[in-house]
Amino acid sequence: MQQECKSVRNAYGKTLVELGKLNKNIVVLDADLSCSTQTQQFAKEFPERFFNVGIAEQDLMTTAAGLACVGKIPFVSTFAMFATGRAWEQIRNTICYSNLNVKIAATHGGITVGEDGASHQSLEDISIMRSIPNIMIIVPADETETIQAVKYAAQYNGPVYIRIARTNLPDIFNEKEYKFNPYKAITLKEGRDITIITNGETLIEALECAKMLKEKGVDAEVINMPVVKPIDSDTVINSAKKTKRIITVENHSIIGGLGSAICEVLSENYPVKVTRIGINDEFGQSGKAKELMAYYGLNAQELTKKIMGLIK
Amino acid sequence: MINQINEKEIEEIKLTSKKIRKEILMMIHNAKSGHPGGSLSSVDILNVLFTKCMKHYPDGKNNINYENRDRFILSKGHASASLYAIMAHCGYFKEEELMTFRLLGSKLQGHPSNTRLEGIEVSTGSLGQGLSIACGMALGLRLDRKDSKIYVYMGDGELDEGSVWEAAMNAAHYNLKNIIAFIDKNKLQIDGKTDQVMSLGNISEKFKSFGWNVFEIDGHNIEQIYNTIEKAKFSDKPCVIIADTIKGKGVSFMENNASWHGKAPNDEQLQEALKELE
Repeated sequence: MQQECKSVRNAYGKTLVELGKLNKNIVVLDADLSCSTQTQQFAKEFPERFFNVGIAEQDLMTTAAGLACVGKIPFVSTFAMFATGRAWEQIRNTICYSNLNVKIAATHGGITVGEDGASHQSLEDISIMRSIPNIMIIVPADETETIQAVKYAAQYNGPVYIRIARTNLPDIFNEKEYKFNPYKAITLKEGRDITIITNGETLIEALECAKMLKEKGVDAEVINMPVVKPIDSDTVINSAKKTKRIITVENHSIIGGLGSAICEVLSENYPVKVTRIGINDEFGQSGKAKELMAYYGLNAQELTKKIMGLIK
Repeated sequence: MINQINEKEIEEIKLTSKKIRKEILMMIHNAKSGHPGGSLSSVDILNVLFTKCMKHYPDGKNNINYENRDRFILSKGHASASLYAIMAHCGYFKEEELMTFRLLGSKLQGHPSNTRLEGIEVSTGSLGQGLSIACGMALGLRLDRKDSKIYVYMGDGELDEGSVWEAAMNAAHYNLKNIIAFIDKNKLQIDGKTDQVMSLGNISEKFKSFGWNVFEIDGHNIEQIYNTIEKAKFSDKPCVIIADTIKGKGVSFMENNASWHGKAPNDEQLQEALKELE
């Protein structure tokens, strides 16, 4: 049965409006992509608190920094590629080094950008953000988690990077029961044989994959790790002690992202074998999001095949 | 009404400038590193701004972070020695601390750090970012109906950075008339003359075409600096003061010499320089 998919970008836009009503210090900035990022919803409701800087991402980040300097809480949006790539040094030297209260909520992360191809598919954003001190990194997996992450970021004091998916995503969490905790990863399925650690768009695939593995007699534990930094080491180490075999799955390069973060935790604390599944050291290409997920081995079927091959 | 400055005040400022120049040289000599050239070219403007024109930490009675202060951003963060010396002069911290400049554990980092030193609004050092920060501050203060000015100090070499021009567009588009920018036009950058490294063309016409008000002054003429800043406060647009300066100003062997961009004087050179500043 096909589950209904929801636009997490739309959820982001709506949440900004909600936050804007509660707190007049919330301001929003965009670099000519307010329709794609859905910050246009905030722009319509609060035109005086919305600033479009044009196609100028360096100015975007440092203007946000200036707003934070005078007590505003800026949410900054554009595509992940340009937010983190074009303006990396502004984020590093002005926002993070000054420890300013700027929230970078970037959309269009990962291979699922789709038809626009490699120039727009940010496969490095988590990696290059993760190496900067002071910044928190969140990769939400569905509408509920996106809304809660954005609300959390608004009341947290310090720089935050949130990667919001371009694709529409099915519900994983119950909006009434789910409580986002930045310091605690969530074990969604207990298992004994292997541990799959993932976040964002690949969480739903990992959960499906775990069901397929179960049919093949493999009992997989599935951990959702929405916060890549600071990382919840305890949950990772405890699961490694139990299953002794870790597989990380991410819609990102296998270099520097979630997989690398898990390897860092385990190699220093409880070395077990880790396999990183993600985009290998290569650029993406055009195609439909779903086709690309299959081609790069990130959908449930391909993950199942790959994991069965690994543990044989 | 535009404020005036009298002869006595001008003489006082000149004396302070001499003191600041000496301190800069001693700090850089003590640290055995730093940027004398661009620090010395900025002294007179920072001095007039901090002691006469800017609304900030006026008499030690108010908190450094008092709400309605004007903001200052040293976009060319390598002139930090000059900023620290004038801040100490204004009472932000004790003058003895100046000699910790660039040493391990100091509040006085090589380039200004807001998390280390109270009174620094934002960390700088990487060129081309200050003007955008000023835009953000101006937008935020306008939302709060505050009329604080935002002063941002840039170098002419810094104008090579494309991000300066993104910010120049931003300030004009949002009519951020509370921004007063300075260009410390000492005509030299590390690799040599600005015109040889990367021609800047007509800086004044560039800013005018971006929608700014432009003033051109002698960056070492105290009266002109003062009068222009006071006039700029009434600008109906973002405003830039292009100040013709001398890199290394006040020390004959450093003046107009790019090799003194980022080099400390040795013991002998320090003594010679201090003698010239008596």
